[in-house]
Amino acid sequence: MFRNNYDNDSVTFSPQGRIFQVEYAAEAVKQGSVVVGIASKTHAVLVAIKRNAEELSSYQKKLFPIDEHVGIAIAGLTSDARVLSNFMKQQSLGHRLTYGRNMPVRTLVDMIGSKAQINTQHYGKRPYGVGLLVAGVDDHGPHLFEFQPSGMTEEMVAFAIGARSQMARTYLEKNLEAFADCGREELIRHGLKALKESLVQDRELTIDNTSVAIVGVEKQEDGTTKPQPFMVYDGQDVSAWIESVADNQEAAPAAAEGEGMDVDS
Amino acid sequence: MAAMFSQNPLMNGPNYSFNDAPRTAAPEGARQHRFDPYTDNGGSTLAIAGADFTIMAGDTRLTSGYSINSRYHPKLFKIGGTTADQKDATIVLSVVGFAADGEALKERLDAICKMYRYRHGKPMSVKACAQRLSTILYQKRFFPYYVYAILGGLDEEGKGAVYSYDPVGSYEREQCRAGGAAASLIMPFLDNQVNFKNQYEPGSGVGHALQERERKPLTRSEGEVLVKDAFDGAVERHIEVGDGLQMMVITKDGIEEVLLPLKKD
Amino acid sequence: MDHRPQAWGRPRDDVYGAYDHSYLQNSGPKQATQAPIVTGTSVIAMKYKDGVVMAADNLASYGSLARFPDVKRLRVFLDSSVVGFSGDVSDMQFLDRHLTDLSIDEAYEDPSCTAAPNGKGHLNAANLHKYLQKLLYKRRNDFDPLWNQLLIAGFDGHSKPYLASVDLRGTSFTSPSLATGFGSALAQPIMRRYAETEEDAAKLTREQAVEVIKECMKVLYYRDARSLDRYSIAVVTKDGVELKEDEQLEKQSWAFAERIKGYGTQTV
Repeated sequence: MFRNNYDNDSVTFSPQGRIFQVEYAAEAVKQGSVVVGIASKTHAVLVAIKRNAEELSSYQKKLFPIDEHVGIAIAGLTSDARVLSNFMKQQSLGHRLTYGRNMPVRTLVDMIGSKAQINTQHYGKRPYGVGLLVAGVDDHGPHLFEFQPSGMTEEMVAFAIGARSQMARTYLEKNLEAFADCGREELIRHGLKALKESLVQDRELTIDNTSVAIVGVEKQEDGTTKPQPFMVYDGQDVSAWIESVADNQEAAPAAAEGEGMDVDS
Repeated sequence: MAAMFSQNPLMNGPNYSFNDAPRTAAPEGARQHRFDPYTDNGGSTLAIAGADFTIMAGDTRLTSGYSINSRYHPKLFKIGGTTADQKDATIVLSVVGFAADGEALKERLDAICKMYRYRHGKPMSVKACAQRLSTILYQKRFFPYYVYAILGGLDEEGKGAVYSYDPVGSYEREQCRAGGAAASLIMPFLDNQVNFKNQYEPGSGVGHALQERERKPLTRSEGEVLVKDAFDGAVERHIEVGDGLQMMVITKDGIEEVLLPLKKD
Repeated sequence: MDHRPQAWGRPRDDVYGAYDHSYLQNSGPKQATQAPIVTGTSVIAMKYKDGVVMAADNLASYGSLARFPDVKRLRVFLDSSVVGFSGDVSDMQFLDRHLTDLSIDEAYEDPSCTAAPNGKGHLNAANLHKYLQKLLYKRRNDFDPLWNQLLIAGFDGHSKPYLASVDLRGTSFTSPSLATGFGSALAQPIMRRYAETEEDAAKLTREQAVEVIKECMKVLYYRDARSLDRYSIAVVTKDGVELKEDEQLEKQSWAFAERIKGYGTQTV
């Protein structure tokens, strides 16, 4: 029987030049439920499907605020994500303390990239079994980054990771052109629609299994921009958004930006 | 000879375990400048707890010696909000003494409150924050933060709470407290006007028969007037107090901040 | 003859006596700066409506000796801020190298913002001031202070003129006008006449501010024995920093000197 001799640790290349442990870690990301992120010129949103292990249990959180201007969506091992989340929190708090500013998002993402890469090059270490979408704003505006267990990080316009995320990505690719000029409500609806594409046959978005997070820059009356802190919405707070993308609503003309939503802006 | 057998290390001199003991005496006539890590930056603070509010106040002058370094250097800081602008903060810290230590103390307490919020998903209570502040100060018992701190907020029942500290962390919840350069000028005034010390019911008798004036909580406007009067008095008699009066009133609706002018002489 | 490598290159014991190894001792008390040695005198700066003006003379003194008459004490950071140094010159040079490292790191960290208009995304003057405050405060906590008082000028996160100070103990503050050392007694009252409040400073034109600063430099040269008539002046605007490093004090008049009486042995 075939046995792979090159996947016992993360420091040995296979003859084909692959590092199997790292690839297996990437598989762990695909076990996690799907998360979608989209960035426009003014906002970055993260939406996620939460899973409950059984009927009696609560739903596992998928979206985490890091600092007032950054948050993450996770797919994979939640406990590994918590380690990264704590690290990011510490770093951004430390940066704020020494420089008195929001940590640039790319700087932060690069740090977890380097941190994760170390685990792929040291014997006895294990790569993180989690993928992240990092959404944040800085002086250059909103950003969305993808993070993989290999340590790879990349800036994205829109992306989805997790189980069946290919369907969500297909949706995002189809609507790619539209995102840049979307307002926050529109962007959330796009996110939820992408999320729906990835759902299993008879499942649908409910207030229990859906999480939404937004971060952005808001134009003020005097022409200057003001960062809008990273906020996570769960439960009743997301019901209006879910309804707005329900199948029977689909036929109705796309709702105007910000129409009568009783969420804070 | 006796010293040789003495168990007292002081009599034996320091027992260095390395070969060359450091040079002890400086060359004759050489003057050694030693670094003094502290200065007093003057200024005064004041806090009064009411039934459902707390007033915190401090002047905005920053001095060193006879120089006025700045006419606007706040001594009051909102603590533990979600964002850097502290919009949703419910606790105020006032620091007076050595300004750099005050700044460090404030940033440390704020970072701790932010970590608390991140870990527990709720803001810290004033009581918990007060205890934590004491621990922070005591941790530096042998190189203290040279700061007289006062922490103000509303307790679990919604009543005004004022906690006052010495530089090494002894603390106490009080009705009112003055700190800093003009504390000795303001505190007796407060004792008389807030806690009605040495006030008696007219005509209630003599000696032990004298009845103390009944204590009742101040209204907010009475409190604010007292604060202004206290500072006007302090400015008159203390050279390190003046320029501006920063006042924060903490109520269940949040924190209101006002800046009033004081004499600049 | 001692052939151990430890003895290589050392004076021979039989000729010069036992070698004193004590300087190699790394146990025992740590040595730190106990006093400034070569020093720069006052730095002065004031805000005006679209920026900040800062000046310092080009002298580094060794006690009362005018030791180095061509030392530049204003330093540009990332083309958008100016740091002015007073106090110990070797600590200034340490900080200068440190700031060079910092600006290189910052440019590597986020190369995109080099191209961004007015350096947006870079460390601005407020960020830099915060950083230097943390650095100096840490060194005071280690009882190894950087013996300087710094002025930092530039713009804050809201693109408003920014001016702040930090000293060897980490004490920091901001004000419409600032001066270190002797300047806090001699120049600050003059500058406050023109920029007592932020509102007053926001009415000053660049020409007025430069004029006031030059006048202050002159007063400092008249009265501060550790000063020089050659100085540097920097104007920070949204478009960058204009730094002139070899200015000469103009229109001096020492006529007042004759009227000064009552110092030292002079009695009449």
